[in-house]
Amino acid sequence: MLDDFFVRALLVSVGIGAVAGPLGCFLLWRRMAYFGDTMAHSALLGVALGIILGTSPIVSVFAIVFIAALSLLFLQKAVHLASDTLLGLLSHSALALGVVILALSGSTLGHGLLSYLFGDVLAVTRGDLIVVWAGGLVCLAVLAYIWRPLVALTVHEDLARAEDSPVERSQIIYMILIAGAVAAGMKVVGVLLIVALLIIPAAAAQSLSRTPEQMAVLAAVIGMIASSGGMYGSLVLDTPSGPSIVVMALILFLVSLVIRPLSRVLESVQ
Amino acid sequence: MESTRLIEARGVSIRRKGQQLLHAIDISVDRGEVVTLIGPNGAGKTTLVRVLLGLLQPDSGRVQRDTSVRVGYVPQHLHLNSTMPISVKRMMGLTGRPSLNAIKAALEETGAEKLIEARMSDLSGGELRRVLLSRALLRHPDLLILDEPVQGVDYIGEADLYALIAEIVARHGCGVLMVSHDLHIVMAATDRVVCLNHHICCTGVPQDVVGHDEFQRLFGTRAGAVTALYQHSHDHVHESADVVPVPKAVVPVSGEVVAATGENSYRRMPHPGGKRDAG
Repeated sequence: MLDDFFVRALLVSVGIGAVAGPLGCFLLWRRMAYFGDTMAHSALLGVALGIILGTSPIVSVFAIVFIAALSLLFLQKAVHLASDTLLGLLSHSALALGVVILALSGSTLGHGLLSYLFGDVLAVTRGDLIVVWAGGLVCLAVLAYIWRPLVALTVHEDLARAEDSPVERSQIIYMILIAGAVAAGMKVVGVLLIVALLIIPAAAAQSLSRTPEQMAVLAAVIGMIASSGGMYGSLVLDTPSGPSIVVMALILFLVSLVIRPLSRVLESVQ
Repeated sequence: MESTRLIEARGVSIRRKGQQLLHAIDISVDRGEVVTLIGPNGAGKTTLVRVLLGLLQPDSGRVQRDTSVRVGYVPQHLHLNSTMPISVKRMMGLTGRPSLNAIKAALEETGAEKLIEARMSDLSGGELRRVLLSRALLRHPDLLILDEPVQGVDYIGEADLYALIAEIVARHGCGVLMVSHDLHIVMAATDRVVCLNHHICCTGVPQDVVGHDEFQRLFGTRAGAVTALYQHSHDHVHESADVVPVPKAVVPVSGEVVAATGENSYRRMPHPGGKRDAG
C-alpha cells in the first residue's frame, strides 16, 4: 500500500496537519501569525544554504529557521524595536540573503523553486514518510510535555515566572518544534503555505473550544481533515496538492464560523 | 505581639535607559499586615513589585524573602484576548494542578464560585479580580502581592473588594502588599502606606501619611479629600450600595494602635459589628 505515491502523500500530509494544528495555537494566542511568515521566509535561506553546502534541505532549513527564531527572541529583549518591525526585518533579510547567496554561488533553484514554495507532496519517498511520522510523534510528545508552562506564559509571563514555571526553557523548546514543523511541512505544502497550515486549523478550532487543550486537539483534527480532504480534492479535480490542502483548511474555517452562531440559534429555539 | 517579617527590601535602586526608576527603596511586609504602595502613574510601583517578586534584579540593594514564604501574585493586567479560550476552572490550574474541591473552595472564598465554568474573556472587571484573587489563594500564600486589585472595577465594587481582602488577611493571617493609585477607600483598608515616586516620599499609618507635605504635593487637592475622610470617618468604610453582594464579607477596620512606641506597630482588630446587611 505504501508503494502507492498517493497513499504516501496522504499519510505525510495528515501527519503534518496533526502536528501543525496544536503548534499553531500558540502563534494565534501570542498574536504571532507573522512570526510564522518570518520562519517560512528564512526557510528559503535554508534551502539556498542547503544547495550550496550540499546538505539535505530539511537539515539546513531546520537549522536556519531555529537560528532565526532565536535571533528574534534575543532581538526582542536587546533592541528597542517593535516586534512587527523585527519580524519584517528578519523575514525580508532572510529571503533576500537566500536569493543573493544562490546568485553568488552560480546555482539557481529554477524549476525546484516552485516545489519549495508550494510543496511537492506527491514526490515524497518512503523515507520522508518515516521521518515525518517519527518526527511528528516526537514533536507532539515534547509539545505535551511543555504544554502547561507554555499556556501559563502565554496567559501572563510574569505570573508564570513568579510561580516558578519554566518560561525561557519552554520558549526555546517551542522554537525548536516550530523550526521542525516548518522544515518538514515545506515538503508537503511548501514554504509559503506551511504558515497557513499552522494558523488556519487553529483559527477554526478557536471558536469551538472552551479550554486551550480542547483547541489544540480540535486544531489537530481539523488539520488532519484539511490534509486528507485537500489531497482527495487535488486528486479528483487535478489541482496542486499543497494549495488544495490550504483551500480545504479555509473551507473548514468558514464552516467553524457558522457552527457557533448556529448552535446558539438551535439552543434558543429549544 | 508577634510579627514575622515576610519580605524585606533594603536600598533597592534600578536605573534603566538613563532614568532612575527606583532609588534606595526600603520596604517590608509583616504577617497579618496590609501595606499599600501608592503613587502617581509612572512612579515605579509595578517595577518595585517586579523586584519584590524576583522578576527583576535591582542594580543595588537586596530583597530578602525566606524560601518558606509562599507568594500569591495578582497582576495588574491580564492581556487575555478572545483568541485563547480558557475557562475559569482551567485558569485556576494554570501553573499548579489543584483538585476540583480546592478550586471550588478558593472561588467560594471570593464569592466567585458561580463563575467556575465561565470563559475568562467573558468576565467583568470585578469578576476577573475575584478569580485572580482566588487563584492566588490556591497557593496558600503567606504573602499576597496585589497590583492594582481594583483595576477595572467600578466605584461600588471597589469597597467590596477591599473588604474581601481584609477578610482574607483576617482568615489566613497572611501579609498583603497592595499597589494602588487610588487614595480614597484603600487608605481605610490599610495598616501602613508607602508613598512612592521613584523614591519613598513618606511612609507610615494612613493618618500620618495624608498629612505629609510630599503626599499633599503629589496628590494635590485629592489628598485633601482623603484627609477629610480620615478626620471624619476613619472608624468606618464608606459602604457602597448593595449592588454586588459579597458573601461573608466583613467591613475592613482600620485597626487600633496597640503600641505607640515610635514604630508603627499595628494590629488588625476583628470588628463584630461589621457584618454587611443582606442586599
